[in-house]
Amino acid sequence: MATFGNLSDRLSETFKNLRKKGSLSASDVDGTVREIRRALLDADVALDVVKEFTGKVRERALSDEVNKALNPAQQVVQIVNDELVAILGGQQRRLEFAKNPPTVIMLAGLQGAGKTTLAGKLAKWLAKDGHTPLLVAADLQRPNAVTQLSVVAEQAGVAVYAPEPGNGVGDPVRVARDSIAYAKTKQFDTVIVDTAGRLGVDAELMKQASNIRKAVNPDEVLFVIDAMIGQDAVKTAQAFQEGVDFTGVVLSKLDGDARGGAALSVASVTGRPIIFASTGEGLDDFEPFHPDRMASRILDLGDILTLIEQAQQAFDEDEARAMAEKFSTETFTLDDFLKQMQQLRNMGSIKKMMGMLPGMGQMKQQLDSFDEREIVRTEAIIQSMTLAERQNSKLLNGSRRLRIARGSGSTVTEVNALVNRFEQAAKMMKTVAKGGVPQIPGMGPIPGARGGGSKKQQPKKKGSKSGNPAKRATENAALASGAKPASAGAPGGTGFGLGGAAGSAAPTEEELASLQKFLGR
Amino acid sequence: MAQLSSWSLSGALKGMFSKPTIDENTWEDLEYALLTADFGPDVTEAVIDDLHEKVDRYRTTDPRDLQRMLRESLEERLSKYDTTLKLTERPAVVLVVGVNGVGKTTTIGKFSKFLGTYGRTVVVGAADTFRAAAVEQLATWAERGGAQIVRPQQQGQDPASVAFQTVDFAKRNGIEIVLIDTAGRLQTKGGLMDELSKIRRVIEKQAPISEVLLVLDATTGQNGLAQAEAFIEHAGVTGLVLTKLDGSAKGGFVLAVQEKTGIPIKLVGQGEGIHDLTGFTPHVFAQKLVG
Ligand SMILES: Nc1nc2c(ncn2[C@@H]2O[C@H](COP(=O)(O)OP(=O)(O)OP(=O)(O)O)[C@@H](O)[C@H]2O)c(=O)[nH]1
Ligand SMILES: [Mg+2]
Repeated sequence: MATFGNLSDRLSETFKNLRKKGSLSASDVDGTVREIRRALLDADVALDVVKEFTGKVRERALSDEVNKALNPAQQVVQIVNDELVAILGGQQRRLEFAKNPPTVIMLAGLQGAGKTTLAGKLAKWLAKDGHTPLLVAADLQRPNAVTQLSVVAEQAGVAVYAPEPGNGVGDPVRVARDSIAYAKTKQFDTVIVDTAGRLGVDAELMKQASNIRKAVNPDEVLFVIDAMIGQDAVKTAQAFQEGVDFTGVVLSKLDGDARGGAALSVASVTGRPIIFASTGEGLDDFEPFHPDRMASRILDLGDILTLIEQAQQAFDEDEARAMAEKFSTETFTLDDFLKQMQQLRNMGSIKKMMGMLPGMGQMKQQLDSFDEREIVRTEAIIQSMTLAERQNSKLLNGSRRLRIARGSGSTVTEVNALVNRFEQAAKMMKTVAKGGVPQIPGMGPIPGARGGGSKKQQPKKKGSKSGNPAKRATENAALASGAKPASAGAPGGTGFGLGGAAGSAAPTEEELASLQKFLGR
Repeated sequence: MAQLSSWSLSGALKGMFSKPTIDENTWEDLEYALLTADFGPDVTEAVIDDLHEKVDRYRTTDPRDLQRMLRESLEERLSKYDTTLKLTERPAVVLVVGVNGVGKTTTIGKFSKFLGTYGRTVVVGAADTFRAAAVEQLATWAERGGAQIVRPQQQGQDPASVAFQTVDFAKRNGIEIVLIDTAGRLQTKGGLMDELSKIRRVIEKQAPISEVLLVLDATTGQNGLAQAEAFIEHAGVTGLVLTKLDGSAKGGFVLAVQEKTGIPIKLVGQGEGIHDLTGFTPHVFAQKLVG
């Protein structure tokens, strides 16, 4: 793992040599494939899956499509990424709802996978969407699982069906069956059945799970699996597929730093889609699964492509153009600053965004301590300003700052800090708009620019200058506006700074160039 | 108690050890067996290089020799460290830590019973004041294990203060062993890891801590090492507990954990029953793993 450098580092070594040659020989490819194999094993992808996967990558890498390419190294990364995403499910899948309510969702998995917590998250999420979920306590095995589910239900603000005390007392099959009738009479439109954790090798308990499935005839059976699981993921997934024939997978504890190779194993061995990701102990720490993000996480390459795409979505092209104009004509105001920040927030939290950048593996801790509320506070401060003040920060004298501080529930020091950051950002963006490279104080060297330094970067930026100075500027605004942890690693320009055509699935030449850049030239 | 047959590597290894001679396939099979047992690429490579060297040195072509060498090699690696639990202080305070869902609370229940059969008096401290129904779960296990329990006085009480009160209770009542349950936490959460350091400090004001046991789930893959490193740093781990060995996962990653951190495995969990806990014996472990 960390001791050997991540895959990006190792691949950049390999690719350095590749680039000189211009096209790929079989032995070049083998070297690359060996590194990929190693990375996949480090990420806990099951060995059989690794073999199949690397075989496919090797084959594609040696085929014509590579030799015709501009830069073969870029293509290999692309192939690896494509293949990973394809196995992980390509498109996202949504939950299936029954035509005639109630929709029944059964949860199954190993002990300690996180089923009970997930039940609460799912219920809360459905309730928010206007559904009326019922949680069913059919884990009668683990001590006080019933109590736990009841507490979780209360936290989620949903109903619970718990007719048996548990701790070994009561028949889970019967509870599950009865819950459906109960839901019908009480008009709950979704039923979520929590079941006891069980081992794949425990034939008796697998049989019981299968009986629960028969008793409730579920629309979805979700197999909950811990992102930290190792090679056993395959055997376990197969056992559960045989036992309860699950329809979808939930990957839990993704808030840790496990690379989550199990996702690849399970998806490729069972062919079932991963539907949700569980990302924390709070009931809102739950989201639809993104195959593309997961692909990058497994390889620790950084989710460059997603980042580019997200940035483009959030940052509407027209607005970008208008913004670019503003930068060059120096009319960038606090209002614009605020707008940019709001757009950044639309992209998903900064924290998650930064997590997608390459080379951030070691920064997880710092990211975790980064306070997102910072943005909310900044927003409050700017919103407490008058229109005139927002247009012209020069107006902000002492008494105005005091008023703003009061209005936004912050201190004058905080207001001062914000104004300073804004002024810095405005300055920076002017430079960027003019095509220069901003010097951001306190920033380390840009990792993607290894050995290059700013001089070497210049031509690259020029190449994409007409591309989008505004985007680069947005990002710098993010850095200046409080996303401090980012500045430590500041893969800055490598991400969406070099934006390309919006909306296209395949990366453009420019995006690939940015990939190439972080791979180290 | 579940049998260990499904857990053993013998299935994966059977084919290769029953062949007449060692050949290229043998090494490939061995690599396959070790990798799929979660030993990880590094340990696997090291073990295979070592065996390769031995096979060359002793000029053997008999797969049964290889099997014996593998068993010995693993046993040797596993027995480098002292696996005895040090519980001679009175009270002997044991802090149990680990990521979410690995089996901390269950282990405490089983361990209470284990200590009880040796005539020791035990009190458990419910310092998981965070997870829903964690206190009730521990209370059920305490009852099964014949231990007393100190609960938080109110919902969400500071876990360090529960730990403090438990040690205090043991001192006042002459109870020999204190087992403190803590909330599961991912090693990446800085704040929660700091909380563990605080729990330690607060306990140490009252009594020295005899053991800090890190519970690791055998189904875990290579992330186990990151877990161990973080918990060692923040909680001063003195021993490992490997749980869920009753499943099909082999838990090979603990070898890397033990080698890289020098912290020995001290207990092994093999089921959800009150008796499904044993000490760790390298010889037995290697024997069962390799056959
Ligand atoms: N099969 C098997 N299951 C186990 C073993 N140890 C614990 N479990 C189960 O694993 C699940 C989690 O165990 P807990 O003891 O609640 O784990 P924990 O670490 O205290 O969990 P949190 O406090 O929620 O972090 C429960 O369903 C236990 O019954 C074991 O050795 N084998
Ligand atoms: Mg617990």
